[in-house]
This record gives sequence, C-alpha cells and structure tokens, in this order.
Amino acid sequence: MGKLYTFLKYFFITIWTVFVVAPFLWALTTSFKDFNSVNGGVTYIPWVDFEPNLEGWRVLIKSPAEGGVDIVEPYFNSLFVTCTASLISIILGTLSAYALSRYTFKAGPIKNNDITFFFISQRIMPPIVLSIPFFLFLGAVNLLDSLIGLIVVYIVLLMPIAVWIMVDFFNKVPREIDETALIDGCNPYQAFFKVVLPNSIPGLIVAGMFCIIFGWIDFFFAFILTFTEVQLLPVKIVALNSSITPWWSLSASALVSVAPLIVVAFIVERYLSKGNLSGAIK
Amino acid sequence: MNFKHKYIFLFPGLFVLIGILIFPIIFVVRLSLSGWNSYNGLNFIGLENYIRLFTDDPRFWESFFRLSFLSVTTVVLQYVIGFALAHMVWKEIKFQRFFRVLFLIPMMTTPVIMTVIWRTFFHESLGPVNDILGNFGLSPKWLTDPTLAKFTVIIVEVWQWTPFMFLLLLAGLLSLPKEPFLAAAIDGASPVRKFIYVTFPLMAPISIGAIIIRLIEASKIMDTVYVLTSGGPGTSTETSSFYIFIKGLREFQMGYAASMSFTYLIIMIISLTVIAKVLTKLLLKD
Repeated sequence: MGKLYTFLKYFFITIWTVFVVAPFLWALTTSFKDFNSVNGGVTYIPWVDFEPNLEGWRVLIKSPAEGGVDIVEPYFNSLFVTCTASLISIILGTLSAYALSRYTFKAGPIKNNDITFFFISQRIMPPIVLSIPFFLFLGAVNLLDSLIGLIVVYIVLLMPIAVWIMVDFFNKVPREIDETALIDGCNPYQAFFKVVLPNSIPGLIVAGMFCIIFGWIDFFFAFILTFTEVQLLPVKIVALNSSITPWWSLSASALVSVAPLIVVAFIVERYLSKGNLSGAIK
Repeated sequence: MNFKHKYIFLFPGLFVLIGILIFPIIFVVRLSLSGWNSYNGLNFIGLENYIRLFTDDPRFWESFFRLSFLSVTTVVLQYVIGFALAHMVWKEIKFQRFFRVLFLIPMMTTPVIMTVIWRTFFHESLGPVNDILGNFGLSPKWLTDPTLAKFTVIIVEVWQWTPFMFLLLLAGLLSLPKEPFLAAAIDGASPVRKFIYVTFPLMAPISIGAIIIRLIEASKIMDTVYVLTSGGPGTSTETSSFYIFIKGLREFQMGYAASMSFTYLIIMIISLTVIAKVLTKLLLKD
C-alpha cells in the first residue's frame, strides 16, 4: 500500500511538472529561433536542431520604425496601472475591512456580513456586463484610452480581493491589542495605524500579491478601453500574435511579461507555509 | 468603541466602489430597454430586446450551455487535480518548497499571453504536440475541429487555474487541526480510510468555498477563447461573454448586448446560489 502510494505520488507529480513546465520550455527555445527553424519543421534542442540567435530578444527593445516591437512602454504602463490600482485598492480595502471586522453596522436589514458580501460579490460581476457602460462613460469624460481610466476600472476588480482577504485577516488579529492601545490613550486612528497595522503586515502582503496578480493578468478591460495612446502589455503581445506571427519575438515577449510574477509565486508560497492564507476561504 | 470613527474607516472604500459601479449598473438596465445606435442615442423600446433574446436567439442559449459545460468540466478537473497535488505536497516530501512554488506559477502568468504560446504549442503543423503525435501517425486538429477545440480550451484553462485551486486547498490543509489525525493514527486507520473519514470531511467547507470561487472566475472565460480560437471553428467554442462582446462591441448592438449581459448576470447569480446550496447539502451532511 505505502509503496504503491509513493510510486503513484511521484508519478503524478512528475507528469504534472512536465505539463506545467512544457509551455515555458517551448517558449524559451522558440525565442532563440529564426525564421527557418520555426517554419521548416519542429525543432527542439539548440545547437543540435537549430542555431540559436538573439534576434527575438533584440527586437523587444527596438522601436517599430526599426522593425522592432517595442514592449518597453507597454511594460511600464502595465506596471504603473497594476501597482497604482493595487495600492489604492489595498488602502481603501484595508480601512473598510478593519471597520467591518471591528465595529458593528446596522442599517435596516443590512448588517456587517451583507456589506462584506457586497464588496466580495463584485467579483461575480462578469467583466462583459460592465464593459459596455464603462466604454461609454469613459468616452463621455474623455478617459477612454488613458491610464487613469484603466486605474479606475481596476479598482473595481481589485478592491473586492483586498477586502475579502483583509476582513478574514483582521478577524484573526486579537481584539485585545486594539483595546489595550485605546486604554493606553490612543485614539482609534492611532490604535489602527500604530498597533493593528504593524501586526497585519503578512495579511497586507498576501492581499497585495493577489491584487498585483489579478491586475497584471487582466486583458479584457485593457483590450476594450484602450486603443493606441496607451497600450498595456497583454494587449500589445496579443496584437503581435494576430500580425505575421514572428514566433521568436512573441515567445521572448511572453517570457519577459511572465517573469516579474514568478517573484510573486515565491512570496505567496512563503506566506502560505506560515499559515497566513488559511482563514481567507472559509 | 466610539461610533463616529467606524464610518470614517468604512466609507471611503464603500463609496468609491459604489460610486464607480452605480451608474454603469443603472445604465446597463436602461440600455437594455433601448435600441441604441450612434445617430439618435437611446430610444426607449420597452422589453423588445428581452423578447428577442428569449424567443429568437438560440445562439445566446447555446453559448450559455457551452459556457456551463466548459466551466463545470474545468472546475471539476481543477478540483480533483488541485486536491491531489495539494495532498501530495502537504506532508513532508523531497523538494517540497520547490514543488509548491512550481505548482503555483501558472496562475501568476497572464492567461492571454500563455494562450498565445499554447497556440503555437498546438499548431497543427509547426507545434511540438503534433510533431510528437505525428510519429504515431496522428495529427489531431487541436484548434479547428469543433469538438477538439473545446477540449483544447479545457486543457489551457486547467493548466492556468488548477494552481489557484491548489493554493486554496493547500492553505486549507495546512490549517487543519492535528487531533483528528492523531486519533486516526491511534486507531490504525489506513491512508485511504484516513482520507475518506478524516481529511475529506474536514476539508468540505474549504472545498465548497474553493469550488464556488473558481466557478465564479471560470464563468468569465472569455480572453482565452478569444485568443485561442476566436470562438471558432464556427461558434463551437463561443461562450456567453464572448457572444455578448461580439454583439455589443463588434456589431455595436449595444442595447441588445446590454439586455443579454443583464440576463446573463441574473442567471449567474441564481445558478451560483443554487450550486452553493446543493454543494453545502451534499458535502456537509451534518
């Protein structure tokens, strides 16, 4: 029994590992190919099947005029939009989550849980439902095709995540520490900023990571709400796909776009091992 | 505690969210009752759009059933695989942290960008999958065969989002109390019995949460489909969101698209509530 289980376990893990790694390996080798080694039949191993070159990587930083694809600007646009929207969502979400965790609200039939549910339920909203009004409204206030317009939309996407994770986190931070701080003469704001927040850093990091993931990977809103002035990375790379399909630069740009979030994977794993995520999904 | 302060904490976030959302939502409802075009703006036409949707648009309902099929299949696969993986790296194994990070990585990657890579991966003549299968005399049309294209979408979705299930379930496993496992060990329960009678029941609430969260996200499948197959061949991989997108932002039938999105939203809310209730009943018998 034990041996069979161990064998199956490692067998399954191996298969899954291959499945997870395969597209990355494929992209990595493809990024060093040239026209002939892509179109002249499938090639796998550099130096054996084909002669690697750096063309796919070089065009990433060239401007379109020089025949490049220039993903530098979209890259920084993506970084800027994701980070700003995450930061705003975390700040607002954390404050609301703290209120929902520590105080009781009652307005007719609406109680704390209903308000929390209202926040989280925004994730249920299919993006397509909001896309048409956002498209028309942002057009009306001249924010279509601008970074600010995107940030506003991303706050709607990300704040529910921040509230969801932080409410559960604050529920686990013992109330005694706020109460002690209040008895010691802090006002509620000092108690929050000086005592509760410093004790909530793991929660803030996890919430921040999730906001960054879901901001960075969004394609749909960027695709619908921006055109030429502002381009985000996913839109740029997908546009590359629909043109003549230069697989080498496509692969290189895909790898470059995926790279920063690998760091996030390490951070999430670290906090996962410490047991900081467990409350969030019950 | 003092009363006034709680509102200062709560309101900024709440009002920003309501402020951004309230007009779009009201507008969708208003728009859905209108014929909209670029030269005379909104003109009220009552329930005409809804009548058309419920009586004269099989394509919408087909896309909805397709979406249900795709999201339920992918979520079930993600749950089974995610649970298996989480269970495997839960206890001490070699390179535990390496595997945990590795299994998380796909969810950190941008779906559309990875889909671009998957397209080259499943390319019929230049992709490695068909190159290897070619040795056995097979050359499946991953992206242009109506049945197989759905399967390809499922593969890509499972690759992309199993890590999220894995993350939620592993977090759950790590938070389980130790006592029931000790008791089972003292009773000499076999690993299989331990899983069926201890681990799985303890994980039931977390499982329900994870499945619902993933169903919510899976019901939005749209960008993968857009890049991988553009809904094709024909309409064989078209999902609700994608159909609404075509009607609204390609053919600019905004009013009709709005009535579809509103209907779609209502159906989503109802079916997710029902699924949550049913799952709770099934998994939490006591």
